[in-house]
Amino acid sequence: MPVSLTVNGTRRTLDVPDDMPLLWALREVLDLKGPKFGCGIGQCGACTVHVNGNAVRSCNLPVAGVANANIVTIEGLSADGTHPLQVAWQELDVAQCGYCQAGQIMTAAALLRRTPRPSDSDIDRAMTGNLCRCATYHRIREGIHRAASIAANDDAADATATDATAAARAQEAL
Amino acid sequence: MTKTLDRRDFLRVSGIAGGGLLIGTTLQFRARDAQASELPTDADFAPNAFIKIAADGKITIIAKNPEVGQGVKTSMPQLIAEELDVAWDSLIIEQADSDPAKYGPQVAGGSTATPTNWEPLRRAGAVGRALMISAAAQTWNVPEAECATMGDATVQHRPTQRSLRYAELAAKAATLTAPDAATVRMKAASEYRIIGKPIPGVDNPKIVRGQPLFGIDVTVPGMLHAQYVKAPVFGARVASANLDEIKRMRGVRDAFVIEGGTQLAGLLPGVAIVADSYWNSRVARNALKVTWAEHPTAQQSSAAFRTKATEFLATEPQRTLFAMGDAPAALQGASVVQAEYEYPFLAHASLEPMNCTAHFVDGKLEVWAPTQNPQSGRALCANTLGIDQANITIHMVRGGGGFGRRLNNDYMVEAAAIAKQVAVPVKLVWTREDDIKHDFYRPAGYHKLRGAVDAQGKLVAWDNHFVSFGEGNGFAPAAGIGGSEFPAGFVPNFRLATSTMPLGVPTGFLRAPTSNAIAFVYQSFIDELAHAAKKDPVEFRREMLAQFAPPPPPTGNGPRPVFMDAARMRGVLDLVAEMSGWGTKPLPRGTGMGVAFHFSHRGYFAEVVQATVARNGTLTVDKVWVAGDVGSVIINPSGALNQVRGSVLDGISEALAQEITIEAGATKQSNFNDFPLLRMRGVPPVEVQFKISDVPPTGMGEPALPPVIPALTNAIFAATGKRIRSLPLNKHDLRWS
Ligand code: FES
Ligand code: FES
Repeated sequence: MPVSLTVNGTRRTLDVPDDMPLLWALREVLDLKGPKFGCGIGQCGACTVHVNGNAVRSCNLPVAGVANANIVTIEGLSADGTHPLQVAWQELDVAQCGYCQAGQIMTAAALLRRTPRPSDSDIDRAMTGNLCRCATYHRIREGIHRAASIAANDDAADATATDATAAARAQEAL
Repeated sequence: MTKTLDRRDFLRVSGIAGGGLLIGTTLQFRARDAQASELPTDADFAPNAFIKIAADGKITIIAKNPEVGQGVKTSMPQLIAEELDVAWDSLIIEQADSDPAKYGPQVAGGSTATPTNWEPLRRAGAVGRALMISAAAQTWNVPEAECATMGDATVQHRPTQRSLRYAELAAKAATLTAPDAATVRMKAASEYRIIGKPIPGVDNPKIVRGQPLFGIDVTVPGMLHAQYVKAPVFGARVASANLDEIKRMRGVRDAFVIEGGTQLAGLLPGVAIVADSYWNSRVARNALKVTWAEHPTAQQSSAAFRTKATEFLATEPQRTLFAMGDAPAALQGASVVQAEYEYPFLAHASLEPMNCTAHFVDGKLEVWAPTQNPQSGRALCANTLGIDQANITIHMVRGGGGFGRRLNNDYMVEAAAIAKQVAVPVKLVWTREDDIKHDFYRPAGYHKLRGAVDAQGKLVAWDNHFVSFGEGNGFAPAAGIGGSEFPAGFVPNFRLATSTMPLGVPTGFLRAPTSNAIAFVYQSFIDELAHAAKKDPVEFRREMLAQFAPPPPPTGNGPRPVFMDAARMRGVLDLVAEMSGWGTKPLPRGTGMGVAFHFSHRGYFAEVVQATVARNGTLTVDKVWVAGDVGSVIINPSGALNQVRGSVLDGISEALAQEITIEAGATKQSNFNDFPLLRMRGVPPVEVQFKISDVPPTGMGEPALPPVIPALTNAIFAATGKRIRSLPLNKHDLRWS
C-alpha cells in the first residue's frame, strides 16, 4: 500500500513493501544516501534520521509505521551545509572515515533543539546510541559544544570544550 | 608491495591539449572515478598521474592511496601541494583509480603511506614548481634565479615585481625538459606552509552533508542488489538449498549456488540471491534454507584451541625463532618469574559493512570497492574468475573504516562472481552478521613467559614460548611474530620459541597486527618483573632500554633483524612520565597508574593510563597520556591527533569487552550487541604529545594502539593488585575489599 510522508520538506508517496525499513526507502527509493546502514538492529545509530523532530533509528522502522510523518535526513538538515553542527564538524575536523557522522550529527541536532547548551552528561546520554568505530568521540563532544556556541552566536572560545587545543589548531588551518 | 619507485618512471612531464601541464608517469588516462563529476568535463582536462594544471587555472592533485579514514586523501596531496607551492584551498583533490603502474604502490596497510611517499610525492611537486620557474624565466627572458614562486600558484620576477599565474605558464612549461627529480631543489622544513599544518579532511564537506561517498553509496544504472550467504563453518559447501522457492519471491531475479573453493581468503562456497532492491534481497534471504555439507573444521572451537595450547605450554616448544645467550640455562636456579598469558580472536567491525559493486560485460570487469588493497583484489578476481588482469578496472571508493579488514578482498571476488553470472551491475552489501561472522580475525594466542632478575634487579633472562596457529614451520596469516621483536637485544639471555596448531578460521591483519597482542603480553610481564625486582615500572623500563646490546649482524645475505632505537623509546618514555606526573601524585585506593611502551610500524609510543576500580569491580579509565615519536614532522597535526586518539580508544575498546569465540567451527558473535564497541560515555580524556626526531616522518594509523592495553592492565594491577593475564577485561572479577 502506498505510504505518504514528508521528507526534507517535500511530500512523497512511496509505493514500497510495508515491511521495508525507512532506511532502505530513503536510500534506494529517494536516493538519500546520507543515512547509513551499520547494523540493522538499532545498535549503532548510523541510520539516524528525524521523525517528527525526534532522532530515530531508521533501519528497523517499517515505512508503514511512519505514514504521514515528517522525516528529516542529514541532506535536509540545512539547505547549504550551514547548520551549526555541520560548520563545527568541519571546523574541528571531526570525521575519520566519516561513515557514522551523519547519524552522529542528526542525533546531536535533536539534542541541541531540546537542550541548546548541553552539559557533558547530557551529551553522554544523548549520544550513547551512536557508535563511532574510528572513535572520534572527543571531537564529537567538542563539536556539539562548539555548535551550541555558534548557534548562540557566541564566537568566544568555547570554554566548555574538552579539547580547546584541537579547536584552536583546526581553526588556525581555516 | 613496498618497492620503491624508480624515479625515472615516477616523474615525466608532458603537455595536454588545451594548454595544460601534466606531471605524472603516463598519459591517456581518463578518470572514471566516482569523484570525477566535480571536475571539468572537457576532455582536454582529463586528469593524469599526480598533478594537473589546467589552462583555466584549476589545479588538480591526485590522491593515490585508498582512503578508509586514516587521512591519506588529505595528507598525501599535502606533500605535493607544499612543493608545488600552491594555495591548499584552491586545489581539487581527486581520488585515483587502482593503477600501480601509474601511481606506484596503492595500499592502505602497515602504516606505509607516509614513509613510502614522503620523498617521491614531494619531489613530484618540486619538479612542477621548477618547471613553472623555468617557464616564467624564459617568458620574461630573465635568469631563473630572479624568479620565485609565491605560494599561490604564481611566479614572480623579483626585480620588476611582474608575475604570471601557473595556468598562464602551463603551455610553455609543457615544452620544457623536466629537471631531474633526484636533484630538484626541495624546500627546507622551515619553509613549509602546508606540511605541518592541521588541514581538515578533504571529504569533510560531503561527509557533513551526507552526500554519496562510500562504497555502499555507489549507484550504477540498472544495478541489482545481492546477498551472498556462506556457511557458518568456514568454507563448507552447499549440499542443497530451496532455490526454486527463493526465485519466486518478491523482486528476486535470480538465486544460485556458487561452488567456490577451499582457500579461506578466496571465493568461498555460498548461495547468491539477486533482487531488484536491497530489502527484497534481505527478505528472500530470510526465507533461504540451506543444508551445508559436512566440513572438516566443524569440530574446532576456542575451548579446544585453549586446551591444545595448554598442552603445548607444558612441553618443549617446537622451534626457536630467535635466541641470544642461553635463556633456559640462565633460568636454572635463578628466582624465576613465570606467567601464562592469552588473548582472544578479534573482529574488525568497521562501521561500513563489507560491500562491493561489480559489472561484468564483454569479458571486462569493472568494480567499485572500498578496498585497502586493490591490486590484490584484481589478482584474486582474475585468478578466480579467469579474467585477464588488464580487463579489470577497480575504482577505489572511500571505505567506512578499514583497520586491516579491507586488505582482504573476499567481498570483491564475491560481487565479481555474482556479476559475472547475472551480467548486469550488482551491488553486494553484507549484513552486519555476515561482517562479524566472516571476518579475517586477529588470531588468538597463548604465551608462557619466564624471566629472571639478578640481585641488583637487572633483567638477565627472558624466555617466551608462544603458541600460535599454523602448519609446518609456517604461521597462519597474521599469527606469526618477528624474531627480533623487543625485548630481543635488551636481555643478555633471550629466547623466543613457538609451537603451532592448525587453524580453519580465516585470520588477518587487525590495526597494529601482532603488536596489538604482543604489547599486552610483554609489557604486562615486564611489569611483573619490575615488581619482582622491587623497582618502579618506569625506572625498570629505563634500565632495560639502557641494556641494549644487539647481536652482531649476520654474515651473508639473510634478512637482518631490525631493532628499535632505544634512545627514541627512552625519549617518549621520559616524556610520558613527565606528562602524567608519574610517581609524583598520591592516588586513592582503587586508583592506579600503569605504563607501557611499544615500537611498531616505525613509530615509538609510550603511554600511561590512570584507572579506577570501584570496590564492586566497576572499572573506569580516568585518563590516558600518550607520547609519540614518528619523526621530523607531523604532516597533518589534526589528522594525526585523530589517529592517535582513535587508536588509543580502539585499544581500550578491544581490551574491555571484545572477543570472538569459535564454537562448532563457527563464530558465535553476530552484531554490536555481542561484539561491543566503546561508546561516548566510556571515553576518557586522552592527552597527546609528539617528540620530534631528525628522521623522515612515518605512519600514524597504528603504532599508538598497542601500548594502551598493557598500560591499562598495569594500572588495574596498581589499583587492585590483580594481575590481568587474559583479555577481555569483562571476564575478570575486579572486585576488591
Ligand atoms: S543501522 Fe540502524 S542502528 Fe545501526
Ligand atoms: S568516523 Fe568512522 S565510524 Fe565514526
